[in-house]
Amino acid sequence: MRRFLGSLRRFLHVHRKFFELVVLLGPPLLLFVAFVLVPILISAYYGLFNWTGYGPVSGFQGLHNYKLALANPLFRQSLVHNVIIALLSLVIQLPISIGIALLLNRRMRGASFLRVAVFAPYVVSQATTAVLWLLLLEPEGLDGRGGGLVDVLMKEVGLGSVVHPWLADPTLVLYTMFVVLTWQFIGFGIILLLAGLQGIPHELHEAASIDGASAWQAIRHITLPLLGPTIRIWIFLSMIGSLQVFDLVWIMTLGGPANGSQTMVSYMIFYGFRSQEYGYGSAVAVILFIISFAFAYLYQRFALRRDTEGALTRAVQ
Amino acid sequence: MRSIRNTRKYAAVAIVAAVALSLAACGSSGSNSGSSNAKVTLTWWSNANAGPLYSAFQTIMKNYHAAHPNVSFSFVPIQNEDWDTKIQVALQGHKVPDIFFQRGSGYMAAQVKSGELANLAPYVSSWIGEIGTQKQLWENSSGQLYGIPYDLHAVGFWYRKDLFTRAGITSTPTTLPELNADVSKLKASGIAPIAVGSKDQWPDAFFYDYFVVRECSKSTIADAVKADSASASCFTKAGNDLQSFMATNPFQPSFLNTPSQVGAGSSAGLVASGQAAMELQGDWDPSVMQALVPASTWTADTTNLGWFPFPAVPGAAGNGQAVLGGADGNSCSVKAPEPACADFLEYIDSPPAQKLIVGSSLLPANPAASSAVTLGADLQELQYTKTAPYVQEYLDLAYPTNVGNALDAAVANFFAKPSQSPSSIVTAINSAGAQS
Repeated sequence: MRRFLGSLRRFLHVHRKFFELVVLLGPPLLLFVAFVLVPILISAYYGLFNWTGYGPVSGFQGLHNYKLALANPLFRQSLVHNVIIALLSLVIQLPISIGIALLLNRRMRGASFLRVAVFAPYVVSQATTAVLWLLLLEPEGLDGRGGGLVDVLMKEVGLGSVVHPWLADPTLVLYTMFVVLTWQFIGFGIILLLAGLQGIPHELHEAASIDGASAWQAIRHITLPLLGPTIRIWIFLSMIGSLQVFDLVWIMTLGGPANGSQTMVSYMIFYGFRSQEYGYGSAVAVILFIISFAFAYLYQRFALRRDTEGALTRAVQ
Repeated sequence: MRSIRNTRKYAAVAIVAAVALSLAACGSSGSNSGSSNAKVTLTWWSNANAGPLYSAFQTIMKNYHAAHPNVSFSFVPIQNEDWDTKIQVALQGHKVPDIFFQRGSGYMAAQVKSGELANLAPYVSSWIGEIGTQKQLWENSSGQLYGIPYDLHAVGFWYRKDLFTRAGITSTPTTLPELNADVSKLKASGIAPIAVGSKDQWPDAFFYDYFVVRECSKSTIADAVKADSASASCFTKAGNDLQSFMATNPFQPSFLNTPSQVGAGSSAGLVASGQAAMELQGDWDPSVMQALVPASTWTADTTNLGWFPFPAVPGAAGNGQAVLGGADGNSCSVKAPEPACADFLEYIDSPPAQKLIVGSSLLPANPAASSAVTLGADLQELQYTKTAPYVQEYLDLAYPTNVGNALDAAVANFFAKPSQSPSSIVTAINSAGAQS
């Protein structure tokens, strides 16, 4: 018995690393394989067939579905919508987030309340946000009765002429959706940037003011460079999020009117799975995966790598 | 070095095990069988998950069990929005309930390909004639019947008598020019003439479908559906009719993002609350409206509610009186115990059970239960449909699902941009048809 325990102990000692790996990596690896890798491979496989989802997988047609999707003007339009949302996020959401984060980082009364208030929309589920904004943006009737809070407020302050059918105009609807997306997600960016700001040592600002730097110079040469890693992470999360926009669009407009707010994911659900074209839908899903993966990989490789090499020390040099 | 290689080996084993596990979960279970008197339990999946239809089905099962003590039920209510995914997975995994809800036509034809649906024609031949037009709707060209309808759906205009009177309209329109004239009168009185729930797309398709029924003969439509195409010239003519109709600007403001059934701002809500004068919708519309107005005003609202059929189109070659509609029903699995399953579906279509279904605001599949319909507008619709030359299944359900979806999307697209060529609808149907 003692000899057995002894040999077990020796065995465990020799193979300790291996057991550690099995215990710590095994379960997540199993989940990752079963719920990420296998579905991706199965989707790629289904994408090769003209299959309605009933009966055995049949109708092999090679890469036809992939070609069909890439040649489809509506799919390309959906892709463009995703890109527009991503660019608008970069150009509009990011500066606003940085500005508000800088404001909230100052010592002032009610700062913690304001931080909570700014973050609150992010906590609300996307479904709730969608319903809330549907009510806010409700159009008025032919007799001028009714209308949501947005239209009523605009009329009250003399902006009645600006009132539009926000969600019913195919050329406007995407930008309305962007406003709602901004309302929901800006709080997350602000909190992220605030955390980044807290990490900047006070001494640097003190030294700068002793050297006679203006507030703008301090922001330009100390805050922004040191905020770089946080900003780059925000851009990463925001771009991936922009590629995957779905819940809000699906509940608020179903991708309409006239596909004016169709995104890649809503296109996939509508023309793939709701139309029972499982082969085609799977092909679209795989294309979406490749686009997201390529972006994530390239961004990690070229933008985020700097941050792991100690951007902090280098930026201050 | 060695330990790293080992790790790789074990990781590979883990991956294989995970794949094996996930595949094992797809295995199949046993099947049912039984003779006429053996004890059987019928599993029934239905989208009647709440409300009056749920209660009606409970009573029907109880009554049937009392008469046939050897047959028991296991009723599984499923949320309507989850229905399509749920049944598709069940059919795919060969784990199909004995009885399950059915939408019919192209939707049913796609399901038949799974080989899981029983052809009920041999079991029901003795009585199926009782349900008349509803049988023809679901029977395929080889006389097979993979589902039995339990109700009747018909689409027409639901309108507010009080608003028509206020606009000076004395009788309901019977031709398209009359409808156009009424639209102008309503607009002149500051009333939104027609409410439409364009966000959902399918309500838009009702307009195009009706123009197709008016422009094309019954056999032309049947041939087009069989060929997954819309190449016959009458489909383009229907598009032109739709374009001229859209030019009268008959809908409520911002109709493109109006839902059809959800909330007071929906098209049903607008008619129910008197903000719009009429709506082209199915027979379910009054019950949708009832849920959107205060219970105290509903009785008054029902007396104000009227129904008239989609008007005839002068000079059109199709049928001026045919009705657009459909049915809900049930299918039996090939593994379901027979004749118990088919016998129960017969019972659902018998007058006592049909009266319970009428009690849940549906129109009966079996005309013998017509007397149970109480709402005036419903009765008007039922009587008109019973005498109509034929009922045309909604085109989006008659075609296979992908073609039907393409039709809905193309019509909705046309509603958003009515200046484009109406042939875009035909093109969309044809290219989806070529893909299926």
